[in-house]
Amino acid sequence: MKIMVAIKRVVDYAVKIRVKPDKTGVETTNVKMSMNPFCEIALEEALRIRESGRASEVVAVSMGPQQCVDTLRTGLAMGADRGIHVETKETLYPLSVAKLLRALVEVEKPQILILGKQAIDDDCNQTGQMLAGLLNWPQGTFASKVVLDEEKQEVTVDREVDGGLETLCLDLPAVITTDLRLNQPRYATLPNIMKAKSKVIKKYTPQELNVEIKSDLQIVQVTEPPKRKSGVMVSSVDELIDKLKNEARVI
Amino acid sequence: MFLVDFFACLKFRCFGCKLWRCCWWDFLLANGFDRITQRRSPEQRCSPTASPDSSQRQQRKMKTKNYITTYCLFKCFSRYLVHRSNSNFQYSSQFPGFRCQVSRTSRPLETVLPDPKQNLPSVHPLREYIGRDLTSASNFSGYTHRIPCRFFGSTPIVMQRNPMFSTINADDITKFKEILGEKNVVQDEEALLAANTDWMRKYKGSSNLLLQPRTTEEVYIFLSCEIVAACFTIFCIRISFPHLDRLFDKVSQVLKYCNSRCLAVVPQGGNTGLVGGSVPVFDEVIINMGSMKNIISFDKVRRRLYMVSGILVCEAGCILENLVSFLDNQGCLLWILVVLFPSGVYFLASIGGGCCFQFSLCCRAVWKPNFWILDLTMPPFRFVMPLDLGAKGSCQIGGNVSTNAGGLRFVRYGSLHGNVLGLEAVLANGTVLDMLGTLRKDNTGYDLKHLFIGSEGSLGIISKVSILTPPKLSSVNLAFLACKDYVSCQNLLLEAKRKLGNILSAFEFLDSHSMDLVLNHSEGVRNPLPPSMHNFYVLIETTGSDQSYDKEKLEAFLLRSMEVGLISDGVLAQDINQAFSFWRIREGVPEALMKAGAVYKYDLSLPIEKMYDLVEEMRMRLGPAAKVVGYGHLGDGNLHLNISLPEYDDTVLGQVEPFVYEWTSKHRGSISAEHGLGLMKANKIHYSKSTESVHLMVSIKKLLDPNGILNPYKVLPSSLTS
Repeated sequence: MKIMVAIKRVVDYAVKIRVKPDKTGVETTNVKMSMNPFCEIALEEALRIRESGRASEVVAVSMGPQQCVDTLRTGLAMGADRGIHVETKETLYPLSVAKLLRALVEVEKPQILILGKQAIDDDCNQTGQMLAGLLNWPQGTFASKVVLDEEKQEVTVDREVDGGLETLCLDLPAVITTDLRLNQPRYATLPNIMKAKSKVIKKYTPQELNVEIKSDLQIVQVTEPPKRKSGVMVSSVDELIDKLKNEARVI
Repeated sequence: MFLVDFFACLKFRCFGCKLWRCCWWDFLLANGFDRITQRRSPEQRCSPTASPDSSQRQQRKMKTKNYITTYCLFKCFSRYLVHRSNSNFQYSSQFPGFRCQVSRTSRPLETVLPDPKQNLPSVHPLREYIGRDLTSASNFSGYTHRIPCRFFGSTPIVMQRNPMFSTINADDITKFKEILGEKNVVQDEEALLAANTDWMRKYKGSSNLLLQPRTTEEVYIFLSCEIVAACFTIFCIRISFPHLDRLFDKVSQVLKYCNSRCLAVVPQGGNTGLVGGSVPVFDEVIINMGSMKNIISFDKVRRRLYMVSGILVCEAGCILENLVSFLDNQGCLLWILVVLFPSGVYFLASIGGGCCFQFSLCCRAVWKPNFWILDLTMPPFRFVMPLDLGAKGSCQIGGNVSTNAGGLRFVRYGSLHGNVLGLEAVLANGTVLDMLGTLRKDNTGYDLKHLFIGSEGSLGIISKVSILTPPKLSSVNLAFLACKDYVSCQNLLLEAKRKLGNILSAFEFLDSHSMDLVLNHSEGVRNPLPPSMHNFYVLIETTGSDQSYDKEKLEAFLLRSMEVGLISDGVLAQDINQAFSFWRIREGVPEALMKAGAVYKYDLSLPIEKMYDLVEEMRMRLGPAAKVVGYGHLGDGNLHLNISLPEYDDTVLGQVEPFVYEWTSKHRGSISAEHGLGLMKANKIHYSKSTESVHLMVSIKKLLDPNGILNPYKVLPSSLTS
């Protein structure tokens, strides 16, 4: 069985995000970029399934500019068998990504697609759902536990929903998006980094996959969240009550 | 260029004359300016006629206004003209609102408590007893007490209070209150307990007075002004009152008084020292520098808005982490503030960093004009502190300099002797030694600042520091490696210095015993390597400017070392989070040791090839009863030898000391690489320094501090100093 995992190159989780002065987006030049943490979790889950012997191959896919190859190499160093890079300089939105992934699914024919639930840069949380819709496959989003049954050709997914867990049983092939508590990703060890150097990364362009990259969305403005106002000391209970009533309007 | 600027200045004066009079002074006065100008001398304050009636006050205010206007214009132009040609032109970027910004990130001191299960007394019973005995200072009047005193980590010694020192009386306290103000003289028991006890809870003094001198009260206003239609002009106004400066130098006044009364003092910073150098031994007065936390200036060679040199001048009480975050926010953004006054006057100011926002708030409060902030993103010119250590959240720069702290970046940036460009120190008799140069090269006479760096407050109190800060480099890579024996660690270091020389920024090592401790006692730490027996772990950090190039270089180096067999396994941090978790392992060792029970700590500098032999010998010597762990800064030949026991045990201590010092001395090492001598090792100085040098040190101490009031009983053997 083949598992395909989508990984995205994003601004590092620990970097303080700065908005571009012209408010068209987030500053990405000279900023440390890493693999999206949810994608790391997705890859780790795929690797665990493979290591338990229920899958034969894990293919990592990334899309975007040339530097995405670095992220793919990290994925390969973690243990993915092959990489696919769809190279484009244009900005990709969830729908385009989903269309590109669908095209790749037709080429690679994986049984399970694992994605991170969202990318920490745009926080869209849409690609997995759109992809399942396009492929007409069942989907298990926000997975906190994945159990694969090879014989019945189905996968059981525990989903984190408000106030509890929901358990779903999906027929294969299926799309799974991962939540934070699914697993703890491994580190890239030196022997694996060495091995990753010789692994293949296949390149595609959107034209080769017959996908036209366009978006119906237009970003109007990106702004920083408002700065927190400094607090004030009140001198008496009466003043506090007065402020709560008239300024904060909470009582 | 010079002429053009000058004319721009003149233009500004004509153009903005009205502005000055109607707005600026209101603004300044509203911001507490009047408070300062009307400050009276202590004599005046005590006199009954000191409070003037309102008309007098009004009159004085008017006078002050005129005085300031003239003074300021004079000062501004003179500065402008003089300093424009000077490459070290100093702006004063301190701003009324800025202090809040700096202190916001400060973290309270985290004390690690011993494991409650171990039922370990946090303070040794004997010390507790002594502490109780000393609570009343009157015990000391007139005659000498001989107290057998034992400190953890040192052999029993008899320590006696120096009878030369007088005790504090009510007059002294009144005098201190006069100098510092009521609230800066602390006699509160709880605050005193915290100041009397050190971070490790090993040493406890019995001082009953804590002084907190505040900043010399000057008002710095920094503005870069641009006038519409005039060419770009930057200038700086520093309003200060030279005749008042002297009056406000609180540390100097306090020391002068203490010296005249022969009162012993202990300068204290963040109190994170490990050798008991920052806490009183008996009833010394504690001078805490924590309230002197202003950043005086940063850098200030601007070439068309670009900052290039990175020289930071700040007061001693600045917390290291606050300085780190201050430097991180420097020069990355440039803001232009456009203010439109109701009268139709435009005013443009360009201010770097976060000041602009606060400034605009001040403006709004005072004049309610319309204003806009335009921000221009500049190429990131951020800086870092040349030192970094585990205690950075609470340690203060003054303490770092006076103990010559080492830390994690030593291998890259070198010691503070090289990075501190100048300092201001207050001698025991109150003399203020202004050596606050900002020059990298200065060979005029003896370089006295080096005497104060590492003197642990025994020669003078450091009140201001100027430090050279290197630019922050964007690409940081970190590898966590396993080695099978110590020889491969050494060879790896040699190779790393050769192959990664220009980007190597840290080379740390820990043995498997330390690793076990961290994994068992620290929360949220996991072994990055697959669980198998490795004897040594090494952390290599590289810092450079090109992410892909550096990573490639490091990877190539590691793979080669792996092929040769220097490394048996390893992981490379793929993102900042992973790097953070690797650092946590190394930085978590001291914390894990504290949680594991009693610990004897030694901080030794040894030839690298001999370094681990000591740990092994010690392990053989003590047997299975004690856990001997070794970790440290391999790149600098600095070993942290720690002996962990369920509880403090004198027989074990007898086996450890003086063996460890003799062993170090035999191999020509130093008994204190970075922690200093403090109280713990004051009498052990002979193991590392020749008699002649110690005698010279004593004569220097006697010259600078004839009464011996500064940090007594520490650094030098008490037999020689008293």
